Amino acid sequence: MTVGDRRAPDRVTAAGRASSGRGLAPVRHVLSNGLTILAKETRTTPAVTIYAGVRAGTICDPPDTPGLAHFVSKAIDRGTSSRTAGRIAEDLDNRGVSLSVAVNRHAIWLVCTCLAEDFEEILALVADIAMHPLFPEREVETRRAEIVTLLRQDQDNPATVAMEALFRLLYGQSHPYGRRQRGSVEAVESITRADLQRFHASRFSPRDMSLALVGDINVERAVEVTASLFDTWEAGETAEIRLPAPPHAESRQVEVIAMMNKSQADIAYGFTTIDRLDQRYYAYWMMNNILGQYALGGRLGDSIREQQGMAYYTFSSLDPSFAPGPLIVRAGVNPANVERAVESIDRELAKMAMAGPTDQEIAESRQYLIGSLPRTLETNVGIATFLQTAELFGLGLDYDERLPALLESVTREQVHRAAREALDPARAAIAVAGPYAGSLQ
Amino acid sequence: MAAVPTRFTDDPHPARHQTGVREEVLDNGLRVLIQEVHTAPLASVWCWYRVGSKDESSGLTGISHWVEHMNFKGTTSIPREKIKGIIEQYGGYWNGYTWIDQTAYTETATRDALDHMLFIEAERMANCLYDPADVDSERTVIISELQGGENDPEQLLDQELTAAAFHAHPYRHPTIGWIGDLQAMTRDDLYRYYRRYYVPDNATLVIVGDVDGDAALENATRRFGGIPAGQLSTRRYTPEPPQLGERRLVLSKEGTTAYLKFGFRAPAAQEDHFFSLLVLDAVLTGAKGMNLWASFRTPPPQRSARLYKALVDTSLASAVSGGLVPTQHPFLYTISMTAIEGTGLDALEQAAGDAIDDVRTRGVTPDELVRAKRQLRARLVFEQDSITNIGHQLGFFETIATWRYVSSIAARIEAVTLDDVAQVAAARLLPSNRVVGRFEPLPLQHRVESISAQAAR
Repeated sequence: MTVGDRRAPDRVTAAGRASSGRGLAPVRHVLSNGLTILAKETRTTPAVTIYAGVRAGTICDPPDTPGLAHFVSKAIDRGTSSRTAGRIAEDLDNRGVSLSVAVNRHAIWLVCTCLAEDFEEILALVADIAMHPLFPEREVETRRAEIVTLLRQDQDNPATVAMEALFRLLYGQSHPYGRRQRGSVEAVESITRADLQRFHASRFSPRDMSLALVGDINVERAVEVTASLFDTWEAGETAEIRLPAPPHAESRQVEVIAMMNKSQADIAYGFTTIDRLDQRYYAYWMMNNILGQYALGGRLGDSIREQQGMAYYTFSSLDPSFAPGPLIVRAGVNPANVERAVESIDRELAKMAMAGPTDQEIAESRQYLIGSLPRTLETNVGIATFLQTAELFGLGLDYDERLPALLESVTREQVHRAAREALDPARAAIAVAGPYAGSLQ
Repeated sequence: MAAVPTRFTDDPHPARHQTGVREEVLDNGLRVLIQEVHTAPLASVWCWYRVGSKDESSGLTGISHWVEHMNFKGTTSIPREKIKGIIEQYGGYWNGYTWIDQTAYTETATRDALDHMLFIEAERMANCLYDPADVDSERTVIISELQGGENDPEQLLDQELTAAAFHAHPYRHPTIGWIGDLQAMTRDDLYRYYRRYYVPDNATLVIVGDVDGDAALENATRRFGGIPAGQLSTRRYTPEPPQLGERRLVLSKEGTTAYLKFGFRAPAAQEDHFFSLLVLDAVLTGAKGMNLWASFRTPPPQRSARLYKALVDTSLASAVSGGLVPTQHPFLYTISMTAIEGTGLDALEQAAGDAIDDVRTRGVTPDELVRAKRQLRARLVFEQDSITNIGHQLGFFETIATWRYVSSIAARIEAVTLDDVAQVAAARLLPSNRVVGRFEPLPLQHRVESISAQAAR
């Protein structure tokens, strides 16, 4: 068979995913204190993913204490009012459970997968950690030393250095998105146990928490157990964080950080775009997919990796959230190729803004994005992540069923407009970190 | 034809929505493994070759990996610009990887893409183009991959430690290759290597997912049946002679953080002690499981592991991890540590050495054994969460041992005794069996930061 005679793929729709003919159809239940439960039974493996989110991300950091939310994420699971750090360690390790606590700009996430038989004990442990962390002095000091080491490692990592510089250029120090999420050594050295406790008291509230439970569970029972664990938790007032509009870029900005001890230079090149609830979101999503994702890096991958052989990695990403998020192009190149790579990025972006995508690119990208839904929702972690995103942005319980139509409705003209709005090399922010000391323009 | 359930027998839940593994060897020697898993309307294909960086001779290091890259560049029936995009039209994902024993290619997409996946893999086996222009452009891509790796001091230390651990066996050179070879290799070198190893009797085709087993086999036979068998003769590898004492190496390079790494000679996957060492590693650094493709996604449960308590809880290290991967020949058990800012490597090495001496002389406790097994059992369940992961295991073990190994893992872990762990600790964790690698950062030179802005044109 040759490519020419390949049959048109079956249309994949949300309805086609489950043999029952329905979509995910998760159960959503809100407790009287405001905590939201999202539960979904699957029978893939005898395991359950617990995926809790609290709206206490790094945007909540006081401007003079960057890194506080990150510090909380590192220390919150190291002792509660009824369990020592050692006890938590044993409760998790004895069941083969690895609890990850991660932070991003808008939330702290507590995520783990356990065997179905351990589900209720592990859920009780996660609840205890979310509600009653103690931040013991000794644990705080241990975590502090770890964070300082992490910050020092970041400082020697060109990709991280370039990305942090890009966010500074795009958002400036006065916008919460412009600050380093892990803070500075100075700030981390100054954070006290009382700061961590205050952050928890003022930012962790059942009203700001959603808990996704996905796997080999009985949904009714899971909701009951969750209710009994969290019922006594009273909702406190959490102050709204106002996000200013990002500064409007009038010019092209370039920052070069010469790291002559490295072999390869990392380029981070970007713009601020739209927020997640903007109606143009799906057009931007498709535009980014065509530009820097589809089939190993989209047009950028084709030009920079495939045609010119300049980089092992190059792609673009789009991360809209409650504030206008960035569209970022990244590449790792030999220092001799930095200028050529940036010129290629300029050229691809200008071309996309000028002529837009082709009809074929639109059709292929749409088919890919719709067709990849069953894969996205194959695993418990995949489903939990999807449910939490839908919850965070209020997209509805039937979002998985509505998504194909939302993507179907995007037109070539809308994607072209998104490219015209977002991609202007004359207003790009560009950060380069690595063994490069040239003066890029 | 054999059907053996891959799920372990002490699983309290019966296997759901899936059949056992069906095995068929085609006339040309291609082994086909098929498992129906009807949990999602997806299919996953893995095509495995028994060729990795241990098959490379001097002057050709990195060739297995480069060949893997070239095999995404079009075939006689699939033009270069079309090979990327076929699977995407079924919402699919594709990738490939090369390591010391194996090269593997995978696609996962909606089930109606199965024939396209098989077509792509059959083409890849028989009809890749190796256009000289593509060889040149891929050379610089691979050098970029190598240089990206060099940016990471831990990767650099790992490469140096492995090279120091093996004097004779080809496991000593990195899969990416040495830069001099990457600069010198020719199109003909690559093509010869491809033609030699990409033959059906050196490959395993794995199909897992929402497919009909009979139809899938028929399909695979139609796509691959006409490819002639190869003429691979028995390959010989220089066995690594015994190590006669501790080896040490120091990397001095500008950096911000110090790293310490131990590499102990470890048993191969088929050796008796492998599972004893796997359990010992779970006690020391937390259980990773047995799936190379899945395990890097979730860190191990390790807060009560011995080395975590001895090094991280005491603020000597910010991270510790163990590495034991099933291999065809004896490879390494590694312990990697990141020194806490302000802590010297000497103090860290002393504490790590003490903790290892303790387990070497006294073994582990019954509680630790129970916990390690429980962790490994849980990880085996977690790593079966997708058809891609299930397919990976069948092909991975067929390439280094046999696919039947997969169904024996749980029982072999369960069978490990306190004595077994004590024995493997005593035999393997000796200083004379290890390489110690240190990354000692030199102060960063003055870093120049320049910012410029120009008005919009």
